[in-house]
Amino acid sequence: MTDRFILNRRQLLKTSAAGAALGLASASFPISRAFAAAATVGFIYVGPKDDYGYNQAHAEGAASLKGIEGISVVEEENVPETVDVQKTMESMINLDGASLIFPTSFGYFDPHMLAMCAKFPDVQFRHCGGMWDKAKHPMNAGSYFGYIGMGQYLNGVVAGHTSKSKKLGFVAAKPIPQVLLNINSFLLGARSVDPTITCQVIFTGEWSLAVKEAEATNALVDQGADVITCHVDSPKVVVETAAGRGAFVCGYHANQSPLAPEKYLTGAEWNWAKVYKMFVDDLVAGTPLPNFTRGGLADGFVKMSPLGPAVSEPARKQFDATLAEMMKGGFAVIKGPLKSNKGAVVATEGQAFAETAIELESMDYLVEGVVGSTA
Amino acid sequence: MDATEIGLWGVPLAILGGAIRVSTPFIFVSLGEAITERSGRINLGLEGTLVFGAMTAYAVAVMTDSPWLGLLAAAVAGLCFGLFHGWICKFPKVNDIAIGIALMLFGSGLAFFFGKPFIKPKAPNLPAIPFGAWSDVPQVQAALDVNVLFLIGAALSLVLWWAFRNTRAGLIVRVVGDSSDAARAMGLNPNTVRLVATGVGGALAGIGGAYLSLYYPGSWTERISSGQGLMAVALVIFARWNPLGCFAAALLFGGAGALGPALQSVGVTQGYYLFYAAPYILTLIIMIATSSPTRSLAGAPGELSITK
Repeated sequence: MTDRFILNRRQLLKTSAAGAALGLASASFPISRAFAAAATVGFIYVGPKDDYGYNQAHAEGAASLKGIEGISVVEEENVPETVDVQKTMESMINLDGASLIFPTSFGYFDPHMLAMCAKFPDVQFRHCGGMWDKAKHPMNAGSYFGYIGMGQYLNGVVAGHTSKSKKLGFVAAKPIPQVLLNINSFLLGARSVDPTITCQVIFTGEWSLAVKEAEATNALVDQGADVITCHVDSPKVVVETAAGRGAFVCGYHANQSPLAPEKYLTGAEWNWAKVYKMFVDDLVAGTPLPNFTRGGLADGFVKMSPLGPAVSEPARKQFDATLAEMMKGGFAVIKGPLKSNKGAVVATEGQAFAETAIELESMDYLVEGVVGSTA
Repeated sequence: MDATEIGLWGVPLAILGGAIRVSTPFIFVSLGEAITERSGRINLGLEGTLVFGAMTAYAVAVMTDSPWLGLLAAAVAGLCFGLFHGWICKFPKVNDIAIGIALMLFGSGLAFFFGKPFIKPKAPNLPAIPFGAWSDVPQVQAALDVNVLFLIGAALSLVLWWAFRNTRAGLIVRVVGDSSDAARAMGLNPNTVRLVATGVGGALAGIGGAYLSLYYPGSWTERISSGQGLMAVALVIFARWNPLGCFAAALLFGGAGALGPALQSVGVTQGYYLFYAAPYILTLIIMIATSSPTRSLAGAPGELSITK
């Protein structure tokens, strides 16, 4: 009895293993891929895709592709920035036949995406935020990002008009260049209104730590900050906590105004639908995909939330004027004379870094007026 | 002194406020685990129960518009998880730690699955009692907004501490935890006692989850717990299975966790990663200071699979 069972189980295992091997083999035949759809596009998110933040912004972009004929979209959320993401990419390629993959989180780039680029030279990979370098990285890799620091500058303009205590607060995740540029832009926007304004920054050390973000927000409000913004994956907790304490908030990543309609001033939002549509159009047309894509407000990569009811008339005027200036392109947030908060000169008199300046993508300082440290 | 400028006073205030705000889930999960472990079982699945409780509470509060019904639902859901763990573990040769890990993953996975539609809507929060109303400093008022669950947790730890020593039920749980043979000789069924103890432990963890999603930070996201359930289980050992110790350990952990953001907010910005490690460093120091080479863990129930 027992013997027969073991025999059966072995046979079962053998047959199923053979079956699986067969299935895999047929999936990797190019012929079967051609029959599936014109193209399959894969999206990988580090968190839940409805987080009122970073992942939601990307998922909204992915959702906008679903109506395009011949394009099918596969998504996976909550993928850690570990070897897990390599497995996800492999299964998207081997099982779903994806020919274009967007790993959207910062930590996916090196080494995970680069390893997959080498393994699957026929598949295109485009990474959000990473630094693609022609000299170092393969041609089937690439990166795209938006100049959202401009949006934080506009947040700062409104915050500068709204703040009574002249102290702003910023809840940040990690001191990487994109985050530092946002902090600096937020303060410089506010200082364009009143040069005595300061901005207190608190780093939480992780992209998503709900309780610590709430503690950080409380600590900022306790120290007198009356306009709060953030750069974490899901601003939901920061927005709700700040509004609950009576502070005003500027949003980030997506529109958070439903969470605090009275206290929400404006927000810097991504418009990934535009970017993904661009890539997919190229894919359908058969033209080579760009490897290095950047754009700002003028290109439609970034947009602003509608101004909230608490925004005053002078704030609205300066917001509109600055936005119009930015829409012309080439607006410089970082311009001399400017010092870091450690006293080092980061821009000399007459020197200006426009939004497109590549130097900004390796920023490692906080400007004068920001209370905080990068380490 | 200007009412909005509290400067360095913000640090002790933040530690006090943080201890009250952050500690409540730790209190409930560690008290629940203390009951379970006192009966001789370990339920590592409380992290999953915490997350599932958070989701259930939020979902029910959204649907019924009553945070109290949400709280009740979270407790019932936690009870079910606890009873499930207790029921599986009564079979011979089942490892309670392995089942706990399985239930931890199951609970979180189930919570993510059912929680998807509830990330967007906003639920009503549990009320807080403004103990700081006497002060005209808004920061003090905010720090002393104490949620009722914190007070219930504090009272519960006192009651449990007393009950373990002085009531029949407390003694039954302890004898089952210390020696199954002695319990059987007294005519007690260890499995039934452990089933009830694990169920109650699960219900308390569910309430801890409700605090997370319905009060602080007060919304449902999949990352809401970030390991607090597991830390709370570890706190039980740290507290030597003493309910009052659990309460103190939870307060210490909450207060130490508030140190990092508070120091950055007053301008002590260097080395914040080190300050974030403060709760863990404190735990280590106390563990080392209170350990002894001559005796094993004081107060450890004899039937626990880690001490056997």
